[in-house]
Amino acid sequence: MTQLALVIDLNVCVGCHACVTSCKEWNTSGPAGFMSDDNPYGKEPTGTFFNRVQTYEVGLFPNTETIHFPKSCLHCEDPPCVPVCPTGASYKRASDGIVLVDYDKCIGCKYCSWACPYGAREFDEHQKVMKKCTLCVDRIYDTALPESERKPACVMACPTSARLFGDVHDPESNVSVAIREQGGYALMPEWGTNPANHYLPRRKTRMHIHEDELLRSDNPLKKEQRKPSGPVTEPTLDDSTSW
Amino acid sequence: MHPAFSVIFLTTFIGVGQGLFLALFTGQSYAAAQFLPAQDSSGFYAVGSLIALTFLVAGLVASFFHLGHPERAWRTATMWRTSWLSREVIILPLVMLFVFIYGVMHYMGWDAVIATTETGVTFHASLLIGALGALSVFVLFLCTGMIYAVIKFLQEWANPLTVINYCLLGTASGFTLATAFSHVAAPDLTRFYGIWAIIITLAAFLTRSASLIRNSRLKYKSTIQSAIGVRHNQVVQIAQGSMGGSFNTREYFHGKTALFLQSIKWIFMVLVFVVPVVLLMAGIGNNNIIVLSAAFIIQYIGLLFERWLFFAQSRHPQNIYYQTV
Repeated sequence: MTQLALVIDLNVCVGCHACVTSCKEWNTSGPAGFMSDDNPYGKEPTGTFFNRVQTYEVGLFPNTETIHFPKSCLHCEDPPCVPVCPTGASYKRASDGIVLVDYDKCIGCKYCSWACPYGAREFDEHQKVMKKCTLCVDRIYDTALPESERKPACVMACPTSARLFGDVHDPESNVSVAIREQGGYALMPEWGTNPANHYLPRRKTRMHIHEDELLRSDNPLKKEQRKPSGPVTEPTLDDSTSW
Repeated sequence: MHPAFSVIFLTTFIGVGQGLFLALFTGQSYAAAQFLPAQDSSGFYAVGSLIALTFLVAGLVASFFHLGHPERAWRTATMWRTSWLSREVIILPLVMLFVFIYGVMHYMGWDAVIATTETGVTFHASLLIGALGALSVFVLFLCTGMIYAVIKFLQEWANPLTVINYCLLGTASGFTLATAFSHVAAPDLTRFYGIWAIIITLAAFLTRSASLIRNSRLKYKSTIQSAIGVRHNQVVQIAQGSMGGSFNTREYFHGKTALFLQSIKWIFMVLVFVVPVVLLMAGIGNNNIIVLSAAFIIQYIGLLFERWLFFAQSRHPQNIYYQTV
């Protein structure tokens, strides 16, 4: 069975909010209607978003690290928000595992949002229905789009490719491989919601430079058994000349 | 959580209505078993049912203010297999129906004797309807409580005490109202209702105190570490993804200080339990309608405080993602 999901690489996310704006742009123009805003240019702007990027600081100064944390619906495999819905407006699609809200059935009681430990659902104050990430369900199956663009808007927008999209039930999919090989984890595992979306942890990337590399082992002089000279102390042509 | 007044009024109003109906049915059962003198059908049971029905309807009306699309409310009856909210929506009109039928039977005198024991105890048809009504009242208490108790990560609510408290607090307020009402319509029963109102109020005091003690010692399972999956003791949120707040900051934060919550707790402890018990004792002794009415009104106001704290005190794990509020 298919379970579409996002895998977000926290090691790569730079917190540029491109996914946020792209998500909002696509979904506010979509067939489901606008995502309302209040005071967009005023003192206290607020509105409905499917996706937000938060920022955390980990560690004690000066040994701190900034983590940008994109947060959207995790499309849980056992979503606690679905069974509590009194109208059946909140449902999980059997075909691809996307958790959706039928805006025509939603009565706006907000009970589903109470039942989501992640705060992934946001109530639209003007349409008076509950909204949440749809994994761009109106995009990913659109045969009018080229196949390479049949991905959620946030994934398309990410400039660092921090967002992967695929079927986590297919062990050979790009997302499954990323989760398996790069230590992908789920949020708040203590509640047994079994989120489909996963996050890839921060990794330390260190570069090891050997002296040999500084001396350019591929230097053609070396091939001819004439070793290049080592670093020089006096200024070189590179230091004084603007190319 | 941010307490919604629509839900506060819904749960307190239907609690009174349910409790009052239980009181009426209890009175009739005792009368049938000849433990209490029989009462005037239309003057006591019918008017009492009307009052109970009024509270239930008031609760239903209040609930509509909670909905974004009340015109679609009929859809809420569809998911009774999984949703306690849906079950509540089904059972609430059923309770109203039973209360209505019960009241009409008494008012119109449609109350045939359906059985008589050898000792001369008679069972009226209204008693059967009353029993069904009482059963549905308890199911409604269960549904109301389970709506909250079923959300396992709202740890303040995810406990049988939630259901017990809804049941006992609603019943207590209903019996207190029955005490005041019976003083007017059935003075023989005032003492009976008053003593039961005191007993149920004291029982509710024990269970509500137990839940307060439990909540004060809760250890929350979710932490910032499990929320973002970073295993480090020092994690501080810098930005929460919105500048002027969002639904997440409005719906789940009451915005009041711990001291404010503490004071609400003591206010409701006094108004729901201490004052009504004292007034009920005094009212039964003096047979004073003003004192008995005050007992109910003060207890009801106290229940508003109690319900406010019930919501405000529960900490939603999503708040971990919104620490800079």
